[in-house]
Amino acid sequence: METIRVQHVTPNDMPWKIRYDASRCTLCGSCVSACSFRAIGAKVERRRMVFSEGDLPDPQQRFSAVPVIRQVKDVRHYCRGCGICEKVCPNDAIAPQRNPDTRHPVVSRCLGGDSIKRGGRKNLEGTTRTLDKLRVGRISQMTDPSLDAQRHTFDLLAPFGRIMPPKALPFSLDNQNNLQVEDTMPPVRWVYPVIIGDMSIGALSWRMWEAVALAVAYLNEECGMPVRMCSGEGGVPVRLLKSRYLKYMILQIASGHFGWNRIAKAMPHMVEDPAGILIKIGQGAKPGDGGLLQANKVAEHIQAIRGVPKADLLSPPNHQGLYSIEESVQKMFLSFNSAFKFRVPVAIKVAASATSVSVFNNLVRDPYNIVGGFFLDGIDGGTGAAHEVSLDHTGHPIVSKLRDCYLAAVNQGRQGQIPLWAAGGLGKTGDLAADAFKMIALGANGVFTGKLILQMAGCVGNDMGRCNACNTGLCPVGITTQEPALVHRLDVDRVAQNIVNYFLAMDTEFKKLMAPIGNSSLPVGRSDALVSTDKAVADRLSIQYVC
Amino acid sequence: MCRIGAIKSSNYVHPSQALKLMESQQKGHDNSGFAMVMHDLGGIFESYKHLPTLSMACTDEGLKLAEDILHQAGFQRVMQWVPETDPQPGLDILAMPNYVFETFDYPRHYRNGVQKDKEELLLDIRLKLRKALEQDEQGFVYSFWPDVVTLKEIGDPRDIGTYFKLWTADDKFTAKVITAQCRQNTNYDIVRYAAHPFFLQGYTALANGENTFYLKNVEAQRKLHRGYIGFESDSQCFLYTLHYVHRELRWPLRYYKHVVTPLPFSELERRDDKEPLLALRQSLAHLEINGPNTIIGVLPDFTLFTCCDAKKLRPVVVGRTDDTVVISSEVCGINDILPDRDWESDIYPHEREIVAIDSNLEVQRWRQ
Repeated sequence: METIRVQHVTPNDMPWKIRYDASRCTLCGSCVSACSFRAIGAKVERRRMVFSEGDLPDPQQRFSAVPVIRQVKDVRHYCRGCGICEKVCPNDAIAPQRNPDTRHPVVSRCLGGDSIKRGGRKNLEGTTRTLDKLRVGRISQMTDPSLDAQRHTFDLLAPFGRIMPPKALPFSLDNQNNLQVEDTMPPVRWVYPVIIGDMSIGALSWRMWEAVALAVAYLNEECGMPVRMCSGEGGVPVRLLKSRYLKYMILQIASGHFGWNRIAKAMPHMVEDPAGILIKIGQGAKPGDGGLLQANKVAEHIQAIRGVPKADLLSPPNHQGLYSIEESVQKMFLSFNSAFKFRVPVAIKVAASATSVSVFNNLVRDPYNIVGGFFLDGIDGGTGAAHEVSLDHTGHPIVSKLRDCYLAAVNQGRQGQIPLWAAGGLGKTGDLAADAFKMIALGANGVFTGKLILQMAGCVGNDMGRCNACNTGLCPVGITTQEPALVHRLDVDRVAQNIVNYFLAMDTEFKKLMAPIGNSSLPVGRSDALVSTDKAVADRLSIQYVC
Repeated sequence: MCRIGAIKSSNYVHPSQALKLMESQQKGHDNSGFAMVMHDLGGIFESYKHLPTLSMACTDEGLKLAEDILHQAGFQRVMQWVPETDPQPGLDILAMPNYVFETFDYPRHYRNGVQKDKEELLLDIRLKLRKALEQDEQGFVYSFWPDVVTLKEIGDPRDIGTYFKLWTADDKFTAKVITAQCRQNTNYDIVRYAAHPFFLQGYTALANGENTFYLKNVEAQRKLHRGYIGFESDSQCFLYTLHYVHRELRWPLRYYKHVVTPLPFSELERRDDKEPLLALRQSLAHLEINGPNTIIGVLPDFTLFTCCDAKKLRPVVVGRTDDTVVISSEVCGINDILPDRDWESDIYPHEREIVAIDSNLEVQRWRQ
């Protein structure tokens, strides 16, 4: 008989327990082979059967060895609740069940002596989201007509690039009294108000990254929607760098500078300018922490693109050599602007923080007119890998902070000069159009989204602790892994199609939100269109309280 | 909904014409007030065209306050006209005790100064007067500008006309450009300042509609110029943007249209002048208007113009004879004052143009 001590890890210590019905199981093995975490295995159980065959009780016993599927008792191979076993089981014989009595947060730290890491989003479910307490409540009735979402035309674009104050425009009048531009101006690109957030090749599987890039190209070339995608910090395949599709890509540089050796070398061969450059200072999901790509995801092609050996790739928490905002403006913005001869807008991404307004104020007063966007990322943003304590306990919600930045610009009469882009849990309920629209009415020019894109691709993770194993390189649906067997689970065309369809649906929904308030262009800062049934939220955001 | 009207003529016109223009449109304007701005004055003001006239409605105390401020600033009164009133019982009018139309000479040290300095001084003084008289509603200062008078009152426009004896034409109180509107601000509180037309440094604007980008406009305009105040009506934004584009930025009038109702990006892309148009669209994004609107405006050189929102959700028509052009929300008003015109030459402006009438009464249509 197996001896067990109470300190030994057993399934009831784990966040998920496997429910298994041996009577339905055909032992086909699908679940075991599909479980990327090796959290279940085939095992033989010794069974004892007591029976009596005669008219009178005559107990006899029979022992048998029965093959079954059992949960692995190992903290390194614990069940993440992804449900792939259930998905592949032909007989509904197996499924993970949430264990409310889990001891995992303690056990894992005790056994590992290391902090817990995971992917996903903040899992501490709180009260109703702020955005769900807002409604588009200023409806055009009588005094002005609502528009027709189907028939009218709408201008659904947002700026990416530094916008000059009107009196600084280098205009003169020609002899026919027409305005003409006399001098160069900072580059500004008008793009779709939803940018696909920065997820690196490395964090994502090559097939996932390809699917996103494919969807972006399709949206641009076939649907006429100028959607842009940010590369994330991890470089870009050289073939793409040299292709005309580069114009749809925003190249990111973060503190690890991963991939920039190749990008710099490809510059003489570029046939198109990239859509923009995004300097990542921080990320909403793990503010104050750098990127983290664990060695098991650093496959050969990742090593090649990033120019690194197979090792944990830790981006430092800050850009080495930058000691002040002024310095960042002078060094990074200037060098990236000049690298592309001032043709490509350069923006910055920071984690939302109690200090965001100060940072924004410094940038908005930038005398060089080279800060082309302020990307503000809130606490509910996703990540491929982070320390759980950072994910769950650090960060700042996006809604009020975005609003603060916008109103800070309004106070200085500088709204719109540095476009504001917001992220962090937007689309968390699956309804990105509504979230984006509300953020725009509060002052954002547009939003960016990452986690939702993964969900479009089939990510089974959720904010209730399901899966969230992006860091392990064992993504069961092939999105955040570099394991060829897992990556091939992902159907590139299908993922691209899902993304395209979601954007088409969202585009219709944007119009269904703009039409009732009578606006044919994006209502940036039109906070009078919003109402809240929560007094505290209404006061904090300076919008109308209704009840 | 408002109804708006404007008359521009090569002859001096009496305000009775403006009352008549608006009378038949009363179903659309609820008879809650009457307001007009007259430019290019005739009659008793004709010989004072170069000197600023103060248009104000106030209490006795307010009058004293205002005259003290003006005196202190060195202005010397050269002419005063108090409109004769006929306060019959039963008239629907909330009249103020005094209606002041006084013309002043500039302070001595400004007299030979440059025009720009005088114009800034006049604005500063008007803002100062407005602020001083705001307390306890001691008065409302509508304009202080050469060759311009403003009258605004709450009540039934027909009764207001009777009260001020404006129904009977004479040659004392006339102008070559009159803009008028017959409705108080019914969306919000009734405030005298909230009635169009609005006036600032030679520019007048009035509108029929709803500016759904009001908040965006207000937040942007507050920081653009010290004269952009009040915002008692969402239509004031149209005036301030006009002033900003034409006077502050010194862009030709047709760019006003590009600012308030910019071309869609898809159209901008195909334009030869897309570079300046895109730059101005993005730099002045917060001055864009949305919602249904028709705007009528007057420039300091007395050019009269009209334009509409980008979806043409409010009506406007331009009718003309050899010596008069009338712009109005509804054609019935024009029929009343220009019954013999060739109505086939009426213009119904579309959503992408400005119709402007210059000093020779030449009508120009600028396609955006």
